[in-house]
Amino acid sequence: MEKMKGVLEKIPEQIRRLLIVIAVIITGVVTVRYFILPSSLTDRRFHRESTVQRETAKNIVFAGASVCGACHADQAAKKKIGYHKTLSCETCHGPAQVHIENPATKPTAPRGREFCVFCHAFDPSRPTGFPQINPVLHNPIKACVTCHHPHDPVPSETPRECSACHAQIASIKTVSPHALIGCTSCHTVPAKHKITPRSVKPTKPETREFCGKCHGKESDRKDAPKIDLATHGERFLCWECHYPHRPERM
Amino acid sequence: MDRRKFLKNAIWFIPAAGLFRRFLKDAYAKPGNGRYDPNHHLYGMGIDIDKCIGCGLCIEACKKENNVPKEPFFCRTWVERYVIRKDGSVTVESIEAQKGKPRAKPEETDILRSFFVPKLCNQCANPPCVQVCPVGATFPTEDGVVLVDSKRCIGCRYCIQACPYGARYLHPETRTADKCTFCYHRVVKGLLPACVEVCPTQARVFGDLKSMASRLVRFTRMNKIHVLKPHLNTEPKVYYADLDGEVR
Repeated sequence: MEKMKGVLEKIPEQIRRLLIVIAVIITGVVTVRYFILPSSLTDRRFHRESTVQRETAKNIVFAGASVCGACHADQAAKKKIGYHKTLSCETCHGPAQVHIENPATKPTAPRGREFCVFCHAFDPSRPTGFPQINPVLHNPIKACVTCHHPHDPVPSETPRECSACHAQIASIKTVSPHALIGCTSCHTVPAKHKITPRSVKPTKPETREFCGKCHGKESDRKDAPKIDLATHGERFLCWECHYPHRPERM
Repeated sequence: MDRRKFLKNAIWFIPAAGLFRRFLKDAYAKPGNGRYDPNHHLYGMGIDIDKCIGCGLCIEACKKENNVPKEPFFCRTWVERYVIRKDGSVTVESIEAQKGKPRAKPEETDILRSFFVPKLCNQCANPPCVQVCPVGATFPTEDGVVLVDSKRCIGCRYCIQACPYGARYLHPETRTADKCTFCYHRVVKGLLPACVEVCPTQARVFGDLKSMASRLVRFTRMNKIHVLKPHLNTEPKVYYADLDGEVR
């Protein structure tokens, strides 16, 4: 005790007073923090609980795969056995919670060529064996749904008539404005051509008037570019300048 | 009432009161039973890289479900295309950032391997973002999801810097940090997260790690599982099957 007193005596007066002040401050802070403040003020559970509640209360946009079949049983049954069985309805039709609450608001139904290629356009990074097509060459302009039923897609049987032998012409034609015109619109193919292709040949158009049926000024076809047969290159046949399987776009 | 009668009645009354109390307890407990208890769940996601076709529908669905800005810069989930060339060079690009532009597809001849890797918040069990938050605005819930309290967040971006997976972004409207929540508002109601819902090839598998019957537990049992950056000891809850060594 005497020794302790000696140590205290050695500390200068002003430091001793300072120590007392510091001790008072520390005790003050500790009592306020741990005894006076209610624990709910420092407890994190409450603000966490409110965050969880706020998060839980958010709106649901996608209704989930199991509900659509209740009303659309036909489509659900069809889809269940097809190649698209792993797809949820909302993958293609978009979020449908609004549609459930109010059936008058319809979800989207993609009909064009833009949507299917998200998955089915060729991409070297896609897993091998996943069905992919080249959207430029694969029946251009036509909508996918004309050949493939989206609820039960099957690899469609390609009509390979002329293209079985004339593949080069066929593939050039698919990217041309003439893509949707069948071979037989311009060529008359005798049945024997398929048996003896070299001796019996299909016909070819012979006159300028044949092209004029679509491209002449008087023609009523809306989508074909028009020329005046009398003044447009009257000394030449059409195919001497324009290649009919891939005519240039105007 | 004499003492004898009182004691006799008490013999009956005490056990009867006990029973009555028990009935009362049962009656009140019943509505509570159907309520969601976060302690009984632990959510995780499995990703089957071999199944991802990089269609980007998950990104779009996530943006619709969670009000994420449409610009490709903001994503709660995104898909990376890895291209490993024969000379050993690796390119990684987000397919979302390329959207609208003509896709620069790699030349087929010099590809060694190429695949898509969907990414999202890994909902770490040891989340670095929670450690660095100066205001305690981000925290893990009992069911294993890391949430952000947008009312407490001050938008200091510490967590965005700290996340080793780059899963966070600053929401331009609220000016607070935002990230994948596994669609918390959906999963507590028994629905799947939006990205899992729309995935056409089921490359994403969502489930409860505490339930042996869940699809995720089966997925982790049937596949060889990796997590991203395991050396950081963040203990992610997003499990990748067939993860390539080049993926970081």
